[in-house]
Amino acid sequence: MHLEWGFFLRDIGDGKTSYLDWMISAWGWTLAVAACAWVVALLLGSIIGTLRTLPTEGLARWLVKFGNAWVELFRNIPLLVQIFLWYHVIPSLYKPLQEVPSFALVVLGLGLFTSARVAEQVRAGIQSLPRGQRHAGMALGLTTAQTYRFVLLPMAFRIVIPPLTSEAMNIIKNSSVAFAVSISELTLFAMQAQEETSRGVEVYLAVTTLYIATALVVNRVMARIEKRIRIPGTVGSEK
Amino acid sequence: MNKISTRISALTSATALAMVLAGTTGLANAQTTLKKVQDTGEIVMGVRESSSPLSFTTGNNQFTGYHVELCLAIIDKIKATVGKPINVKYTPVTSQNRIPLTQNGTVDLECGSTTNNATRQKDVSFGMTTYVTEVRMAVKAKSGITNISQLNEKTIATTTGTTSVQTLRKHKAAEKVNFKEVFGKDHADSFLLMESGRADAFVMDDNILAGLIANAKDPKEFKIVGEVLSVEPIAVMFRKDDPGMKTVVDFTIREMMNNGALDKLYKKWFQSPIPPKNTSVNLPMGATLKALFKTPNDNPMESYAK
Repeated sequence: MHLEWGFFLRDIGDGKTSYLDWMISAWGWTLAVAACAWVVALLLGSIIGTLRTLPTEGLARWLVKFGNAWVELFRNIPLLVQIFLWYHVIPSLYKPLQEVPSFALVVLGLGLFTSARVAEQVRAGIQSLPRGQRHAGMALGLTTAQTYRFVLLPMAFRIVIPPLTSEAMNIIKNSSVAFAVSISELTLFAMQAQEETSRGVEVYLAVTTLYIATALVVNRVMARIEKRIRIPGTVGSEK
Repeated sequence: MNKISTRISALTSATALAMVLAGTTGLANAQTTLKKVQDTGEIVMGVRESSSPLSFTTGNNQFTGYHVELCLAIIDKIKATVGKPINVKYTPVTSQNRIPLTQNGTVDLECGSTTNNATRQKDVSFGMTTYVTEVRMAVKAKSGITNISQLNEKTIATTTGTTSVQTLRKHKAAEKVNFKEVFGKDHADSFLLMESGRADAFVMDDNILAGLIANAKDPKEFKIVGEVLSVEPIAVMFRKDDPGMKTVVDFTIREMMNNGALDKLYKKWFQSPIPPKNTSVNLPMGATLKALFKTPNDNPMESYAK
């Protein structure tokens, strides 16, 4: 197989950008979509995951039900279908949404989808703690909110860092759905550039390398965080 | 001991893989298509899933269209040349993989909607041009838009992975018209962008636009307008440096152009009701293609530039 990389320096036809410039800007869009969606996912996922573990008495029962409904809704619909719902279906029912930039819609769609997955991991983390921890908090006279803030969540988040790492790497790769709503990110670049240059193998090799490199950096950063915040002698810290 | 045997087996499988790889490339390079067809008794036709009316599926792994029927006629000639019955195998290809698959021997004759251009001619060979597509735009009939200069500050939709994106980009740089582009993930998606009002026009090959309009809820709501942004010759594709194959393909096409068979085929696919919905794309033959039927050639797209 003969590879030829020279086309990356060629002009894309507008007289000022090369394919390399375009790929770098596409990489930027991939990172932007993934990073913004990750913020949405982490925030909402933590809240929903926590809600699902609340004691099932009184008003909190409804919060648990809300959390369950959230997870089932966003986890059970395929990601690409959700993106289309946000981009085509909902704006046709509620016209002002057509003015919202597609970047915001895809961040919302990808963020909500991932938030359901993050919520499940946070819930699993909280539920993996011995029941005694919650009881100890209550015995000390802490309110439910205080028990979560000072006893349960600090432990639970440390436990779920490995699955959250996978999720953070997933969101980088899942951000490729943004091509479907006209965001000029890496996948759109790959599909378009290979058509224009007829050098599909080289284009996909370059794009794959960027995806791998990005996911690997995320993986290393998360591993670093995991190591830095480890507390000796607690659950999940043995190594 | 254990370690050594693992290493040996890894080595054997690597060698086996290398041999298989060498075998396939050898096939693609050394053998001509006609020889391959004679040896295997089979020819692989590359087809498209949804490039109506040139090449598309009607479900159940059945393919049809203008170029598919043309290729069946070419295969009849190949049958006569190799002097034995051959089996036709259909393999769906996409814009992304059609050239690699033709080069590496997976597909022998690609009958889809491939533009013949100079870059591609370095990798593959094309038959005589059998269809010419003109890039224009579809708009809503009541929008009042009739040419591209009216699209200043407006939004234009087109489809990712097509040459129209590049055409539009060049046009924007040359004419200094300032418009926004949105990219649909496929033609149906781009059409939806225009239909729902997210885009004011959809720029694409006229045959694709005509096909989409024919299948729309109310075809009268849309029309194809504006100047021709680019002219692209479409042809069947096969491996490069294979004179035997080139002769059979071009001979068949010339013959069909001379005896009126191709003209009949054009009318059948572009001016009569076709499956799946039994609607007609209603696209009479343009002047460029009419001229090509009289004096056929396989010139690349670049030679059509004004």
